[in-house]
Amino acid sequence: MSETTAPKAVEGTLGFLDERLGSTTFFKRNVKKVFPDHWSFMLGEIALYSFVILLLTGTFLTLWFKPSMLEVVYEGSYTKLNGVKMSEAYASTLHISFDVRGGLLMRQIHHWAAILFMASIIAHMLRVFFTGAYRKPRELNWLIGIGMFTLGMLEGLFGYSLPDDLLSGTGLRITQGVAEAIPLVGTYVYMFLFGGEFPGQDIVPRLFTLHVLLIPGIILGLVTAHMMIMWHQKHTAMPTQKQTEDQVYGYPFYPVFMAKTGAYFLFTFGVLALLGAFAQINPIWLFGPYDPGAISSASQPDWYMGVLEGSLRLMPNWEITAVGHTLSLNVLIPALVPLGIVFGGAAAWPFLEQWVTGDKRLHNVNDRPRNAPVRTGIGMAAVTFYGLLWVAGANDVVAERFHVSLFATTWFFRVAIFVGPVLAYIITKRMCLGLQRSDAATIDHGVESGIIMMSPDGRYSERHEPARPEERHVILSKENARAERPAVDANGVPAPGSKGPVGHLRSRLNQAWNFDDVPIEDNGHDHGHDEVEGGKETKQISH
Amino acid sequence: MSDETNETAGPARPHGEGGKPERVIGTPAGGQPLLGGGAEDEYPAPAGAGEELDEKSAKNAERAVAAFFLLSFVASVVFIAYFIGWSGRNGGMHGVLRARESNFWLGGMMALSFLAMAVGVTIWVRRLMTSRPIVQERHEFVATEEVRAGFAQDFMEGAADSGITKRPLLRRTLLLAAAPLGLAPLVLLRDLGPLPEKRLRSTFWADAVEKAHKQGKKGVRLVVDGTNRPLKVSDFSTPGAMITVLPEGIEHDLPETEVLTQTAKAVTILINVPADQFKPAKGRENWHVNGIVAYSKICTHVGCPAALYEQTTHHILCPCHQSTFDATDAAKVVFGPAARPLPQLPLAVEDGYLVATSDYHEPIGPSFWERG
Amino acid sequence: MKRFTAWRRRPWAGYAVVLAALAAIGAIYAGFSPQTDRAEAANAAQAAQDLQNGRQLFNNNCASCHGLNAEGTKDAKGKPIAPSLIGVGAASVDFQVATGRMPAMNPGAQMPRKKPIPAFDTSIKTDYAEPEKREAAEKQKAEAEKNLADLREYITSLGGGPAVPPASAVDPKGGDVALGGKLFRTNCAQCHNFTGQGGALTGGKYAPPLSESDVTPTQIYEAMLTGPQAMPVFNDTTLTPKDKQAIIAYLVQTREEPNPGGNGLGRIGPVSEGLVGWLVGIGLMVLAAMWITAKKPKKLKKS
Repeated sequence: MSETTAPKAVEGTLGFLDERLGSTTFFKRNVKKVFPDHWSFMLGEIALYSFVILLLTGTFLTLWFKPSMLEVVYEGSYTKLNGVKMSEAYASTLHISFDVRGGLLMRQIHHWAAILFMASIIAHMLRVFFTGAYRKPRELNWLIGIGMFTLGMLEGLFGYSLPDDLLSGTGLRITQGVAEAIPLVGTYVYMFLFGGEFPGQDIVPRLFTLHVLLIPGIILGLVTAHMMIMWHQKHTAMPTQKQTEDQVYGYPFYPVFMAKTGAYFLFTFGVLALLGAFAQINPIWLFGPYDPGAISSASQPDWYMGVLEGSLRLMPNWEITAVGHTLSLNVLIPALVPLGIVFGGAAAWPFLEQWVTGDKRLHNVNDRPRNAPVRTGIGMAAVTFYGLLWVAGANDVVAERFHVSLFATTWFFRVAIFVGPVLAYIITKRMCLGLQRSDAATIDHGVESGIIMMSPDGRYSERHEPARPEERHVILSKENARAERPAVDANGVPAPGSKGPVGHLRSRLNQAWNFDDVPIEDNGHDHGHDEVEGGKETKQISH
Repeated sequence: MSDETNETAGPARPHGEGGKPERVIGTPAGGQPLLGGGAEDEYPAPAGAGEELDEKSAKNAERAVAAFFLLSFVASVVFIAYFIGWSGRNGGMHGVLRARESNFWLGGMMALSFLAMAVGVTIWVRRLMTSRPIVQERHEFVATEEVRAGFAQDFMEGAADSGITKRPLLRRTLLLAAAPLGLAPLVLLRDLGPLPEKRLRSTFWADAVEKAHKQGKKGVRLVVDGTNRPLKVSDFSTPGAMITVLPEGIEHDLPETEVLTQTAKAVTILINVPADQFKPAKGRENWHVNGIVAYSKICTHVGCPAALYEQTTHHILCPCHQSTFDATDAAKVVFGPAARPLPQLPLAVEDGYLVATSDYHEPIGPSFWERG
Repeated sequence: MKRFTAWRRRPWAGYAVVLAALAAIGAIYAGFSPQTDRAEAANAAQAAQDLQNGRQLFNNNCASCHGLNAEGTKDAKGKPIAPSLIGVGAASVDFQVATGRMPAMNPGAQMPRKKPIPAFDTSIKTDYAEPEKREAAEKQKAEAEKNLADLREYITSLGGGPAVPPASAVDPKGGDVALGGKLFRTNCAQCHNFTGQGGALTGGKYAPPLSESDVTPTQIYEAMLTGPQAMPVFNDTTLTPKDKQAIIAYLVQTREEPNPGGNGLGRIGPVSEGLVGWLVGIGLMVLAAMWITAKKPKKLKKS
């Protein structure tokens, strides 16, 4: 511990670098960089490490994969397909699975990593959203995150399409149908994408290049930016006792955080290897080669495309044909609107919230979800919306497993997609406000101690103890709503920012954001109350 | 921290702000835990604890960590040993059974190796690393007023020095020069594919029918997809029958690279609807043969094969997005997102064989802008 | 599915399949094939007696819905309750009764596969250790097979129709599996799924799974031939017996093929994969994260 000089090898390398890059100053400043500790802060790391694993396993796969649609007759070790005509892409995927040792494992880990990559991005984004961690100064990283998820969807779709099996070909067929529906330029987009008519000869090699080079390159760049911004801005912290807006409390990067994150990398790889070894994914040999006349029931995309699949299934058959042109609303609306609402909304949200609340300060300490009921409610509404569309993408599997009518499931989702988010918003908001009230009661009354007291006149009551300081601190981290300035002050001068219809809308929204807030005040007394429960109304609830 | 209170309104500052940073290291837990037995408490040290680890407990932890690392080592060794020594026996891994075995051993050992190491490192961090939590200032990244002003000045000076503000001609011609340069790469993308032209408006049925007409025949025979067997009317006489058919010759008359592409448009579903339930559409009275009808198999929604035929309801369902068509009624849409009926192929009989007498009369598959 | 996979990996599974196949062949030869010696030897009186038995069985088990003359019945509004059985043939009877779909118990959207009623249950267990028990079971089985044969005979006598395929026509070993795969994906998978896991149809109907071993090759053949319930017909002139055998070969090989990549997750594609990714993948990672970051005091030396 008292050693002040590093071992020679380390010293030598450091010296070498320092003399050329001046790196030691950087190392010194960052070696003990503090990382606050919370399990949910690690969700994003799953995505990071899944991405690393995707790069490694993906590189392995390219060594054997042939991105070619040249037709060959298979004669190989998967005997059931011997003599079947297929593309080289499909044949080489069979070769990877059945003739390259570890090839099947790498394919499966690659696919599981893709699923985990996308799932963890969603989980991470939900954590960031519900804790308000996207607030100033972190809006840019929020936008980068949305960008990465969108690119991840494309990347996943393209990867899913490469083996040219029946399932992936069906996915491409749908992609083609959607491209064709674009007004004005649809058929051109379609022809240019496929190099002619579907399926043609070009699509697999083209998607291959996009899948292994362009998109991962962009994602890698965005990952780097995301990490550097996070490093520079320092991580947000949960509102515990030792965290303030000006200071961050936690373990140093070296050695603790480094070891933890290292362990987490190993966990990620371990879990993916576990899935790759014991859970079969994308068994393309069972699907058969792509054949435009064939189809299977339950032809679904991977989960992250399920939303699009669901919206395509729910959409009524609206199509406009006028003046010699056709506008396929039945394809365009589901392809653009639901994801547009969710991701466009998510991208605009930090700025929208800033505008409505008028809160332009920096935030380094996270909100508790209950303390921003409107945000939490809208988040849950979005989750419900997304989730319903997602399940609707598997409505045939639902109908089959639970023996309900297929069209009935469609109708259920058609209605639920509108009702569900509203209900989710209302219920969530009520729950948040209820939790706020219980927090207010904890601060005012303390917590139940389990000690029953008898008063001189014979009444029983439970003694309340003040909450522990840690707990009080967490509860008091809430920022109480402040009354909006009146739109017109005493002298008849309108308040800035409330002029015109936009200003009016803003102040209405601001009111909606704040009106039912339950203020929690530190009343100063640290002693517990021992009145009979309910004997005193706790707080005036401002409605 | 920028602390500008907003002009209009906003939530109040958090409570207890501006308090001094709390002393952290070795701070004993305050008060008796009332809720959750101290789970809320951050990094507490037991009362009276010193700075060093309890040696006995540390030794145990060290042994556990070492055991996990050893397990990881063994798993990796087994992985390598299996690969080199066993997986390649009898001419290497080929086929399902050996792939299964290889996947099980390689994957299982890899998982074990990583997970054991992960568990080891985690125990190490939790039980043995003595680093204490520390506090760091969050630095403000906003530049001071002077710096901003200084930069603004430098920027304007530079602009003035370069002459770009003074010489608008330079500025405008530069912009002019840049504009087409940006468009140039887009032009390059033109050769990605042919223009749509009339491609989407006809299928191989047209070519095949034309060829048949030249030979003095009425139409092209329908062959079963997969076996290429031409179908006679008598072959397909059972009510409720369904099969996927293609125009005869599609496999042999086309260059190999074209077969799939043409199949993707020409693929047709042949259905024998009981004659008493069949309602031929106006103008298509002679397009069927005793209730034997042919519809395009490509869904008019986004192009999946609409192939799921229920002989009890006579519905044709597309398994992708569940567009449903009525086979008895010109494949009219009865449910789902598809807007148009499946195109119908005119059928006739020639020498006892089912033949198509022309191409589809409308473009098959999904709608597009120019479709009309 | 999983149960079945485990089952067929047992050492005795192979023998059981062989035994079942032998029993099926025996059953077919014993009763239905007019070419067999037995049928030729049977005199007219015996045949008439069999037909009478078939009629009796029909009257007891089927006539209440299908009508006394198998002409089908309609409800008051003229909507059919049960179809006419004239001309449906022996294959249809064999399929419907041997899979337990008929006699139907409670008409719903679709008749489910279930255990056949005792009079027709040809799949009962006979491998008892006690000779008398085994004998009784074997007798019961023979009785059931005869009953089924007589019922088929009776229905055939009403108006002909497709016959039960001979054992050689449904032997999975004789089929071209590559062709079978192509035909299955083009004509069957849209309802029954890539690997025969079944799928949803409209109105609560469904295409049943073909992945269990109790869906015998004969039943698969009969289903294609007769188009039970919502299923379309694939007669022998559209998909020839050789094509059907290819499809059977593909299906049987596929369901007997182990999953090289671990658990097959129901072999239904991305839906179960996504579910596993979220529940197992994210679930395990969250547990790991909670463990790594859990606050636990270190044991420190007392000072």
